[in-house]
Amino acid sequence: MSDEVTIPSVESVSGTGVAIRGNDIDTDQIIPARFMKVVTFDGLGEFAFFDQRFTDDDSQKEHPLNEPAHQDASVMVTNANFGCGSSREHAPQALMRWGIDAFIGESFAEIFAGNCLALGMPTLEADTETVETLQSWVEANPDGEIDIDVANETVTYDGKTVDVTVDDAQRKALVEGVWDTTALMKANAEAVRETAESLPYVEDGKRV
Amino acid sequence: MSEGTLYDKVWDRHTVTRLPTGQDQLFVGLHLIHEVTSPQAFGMLQERDLEVAYPDLTHATVDHIVPTSSKERPYTDDAAEEMMAELEANVRESGIEFSHPDTGEQGIVHVIGPEQGLTQPGTTIVCGDSHTSTHGAFGALAFGIGTSQIRDVLATGTIAMEKQKVRKIEVTGELGDSVEAKDIILEIIRRLGTEGGVGYVYEYAGEAIENLDMEGRMSICNMSIEGGARAGYINPDETTYEWLEGRDRVPEGEAFEERKKYWESVRSDDDAEYDDVVTIDASELEPVVTWGTTPGQGVGVTEPIPEPESLADDKVETARRAQKHMRVEPGETMEGYPIDVAFLGSCTNARLPDLRRAARLVKGRTVDPNVRAMVVPGSQQVKKAAEEEGLDEIFIEAGFDWRGAGCSMCLGMNEDQLEGDEACASSSNRNFVGRQGSKDGRTVLMNPRMVVAAAINGAVTDVRTMKEVTINE
Repeated sequence: MSDEVTIPSVESVSGTGVAIRGNDIDTDQIIPARFMKVVTFDGLGEFAFFDQRFTDDDSQKEHPLNEPAHQDASVMVTNANFGCGSSREHAPQALMRWGIDAFIGESFAEIFAGNCLALGMPTLEADTETVETLQSWVEANPDGEIDIDVANETVTYDGKTVDVTVDDAQRKALVEGVWDTTALMKANAEAVRETAESLPYVEDGKRV
Repeated sequence: MSEGTLYDKVWDRHTVTRLPTGQDQLFVGLHLIHEVTSPQAFGMLQERDLEVAYPDLTHATVDHIVPTSSKERPYTDDAAEEMMAELEANVRESGIEFSHPDTGEQGIVHVIGPEQGLTQPGTTIVCGDSHTSTHGAFGALAFGIGTSQIRDVLATGTIAMEKQKVRKIEVTGELGDSVEAKDIILEIIRRLGTEGGVGYVYEYAGEAIENLDMEGRMSICNMSIEGGARAGYINPDETTYEWLEGRDRVPEGEAFEERKKYWESVRSDDDAEYDDVVTIDASELEPVVTWGTTPGQGVGVTEPIPEPESLADDKVETARRAQKHMRVEPGETMEGYPIDVAFLGSCTNARLPDLRRAARLVKGRTVDPNVRAMVVPGSQQVKKAAEEEGLDEIFIEAGFDWRGAGCSMCLGMNEDQLEGDEACASSSNRNFVGRQGSKDGRTVLMNPRMVVAAAINGAVTDVRTMKEVTINE
């Protein structure tokens, strides 16, 4: 039953990082469409950034996600407009299943950020300099710990704390554990019906 | 914040309540589903023992994986067959209407919604597909959503969203000869950037927009997302109402006149307030083609490809990479860029008027022998109507492959894919690396007439230099 779904609050995320450099990284790069011919999200992790990571004969290319030192990373550090393009939730699902729990970047495409929120993954934003400094540090310190405080909008690493920003609704949803909106909205079923019936094009839950 | 815009009015009418997150819970008037992004959502519903709350406001079709060569089942691709079978089972169990290939009403979800009169002004529309913004052409609020949000909509008939800012994009003046809606939107994205619309919905307005037919308006709203805007819309007007009248699922007679009053009431007020206003002069535009690997990397067909260093700092590296991938040189024009494949299709440009305009250019000409050219109508109905006009014969005689309806080579999820480093003149919406099925493939976005001109000449061509014939329609 829906009542049994427990939604954990996501006040903080800690772990090592991996830097994915470049602006406008689209969801076709994150998960090429040919890997979406599936009816579940299981097993998508191995296909994350597939075409950047593997050659035609499946041998590994140089890519941060292929580096042994980054295999346990849980914080992905990205640049501007990350996740643009298609609405495919397969993209954050693939990254989550690869091991990512949170993103820090210059900016995120809206649908991508919304999809991440629906999975309980924060997308934190910071200015170019802050992000690039963190990316360089992550590359030099693949086993360096990053502590994200979602509630206070800070990231701590290398003995220092920097400010990041989180969209208000996202912060509230994560910190208060209300990011899975199904049960939340289901509880308003009566109000939903009233709204529906107030519209000129709906009657008895049908289109008129 | 904006006030008195269509966005504000339709948002307010559909708001159920404010959620603890600060988001609004919005009622969804039409939920369109397809085979790629919905199966996992139905799975999540089952896990939670939930049912579809508003099956009568939900409508399904199959488009992404559907073969365009044959309707025969089972599909030769096992994965495609599994996805189709899953969708069939899900809609059957939930009592959702399905524009199945056997009904003759199947097609790309953003083509069939309007075609069947499902898409109407003043409604809210969502679909697990970023090009849902297309439906904004009718003055609907239409957004692409992810699979977890599909679960929300299936289970509750609503979606949690934050209200966004509204940018009015005023396109003044008249479009020049052979310049189309597609060129307007490519120009908008080029100027405002692929991320320029993040946080905004776009209201397209102005003389050049008002003069467009509904199909042109759909092409524009379709690509809102390529400019970062999750939704784009155009205020409904007489062109909209005329297009809708008489379609299935649109009220008739007096009921139509009554509904029209509602549609009129949601138009943006003359004194509406916007968060931003941008003006573009349509008369300055020429056909736009992309030289790179984002839809924002466009250029007029006779203009020089920019030097990466001449672009904004944050665009330099992306441009360098894109030019290397595309093998183009700054300073040169895209005119004459050799192509191997021509794709006339997709939810951006595969409607009847697109095919008609292209056919006028194709008639009496032949496709370059080195080019693989295909026309993929946006829906079975578009295909049928085109065949009734004899457009299929024109394309076939010229050497085009005339295929069945679907997303096809826009994203290469069926057998229609680029091979190796083929270059494709494409009427679709995305030129991302790997988008058309080959990671080395090269996509050049352009309007549909430019696509067939490229097919005929084997290279990107300024369509304004070609004459067209009149076809008795």
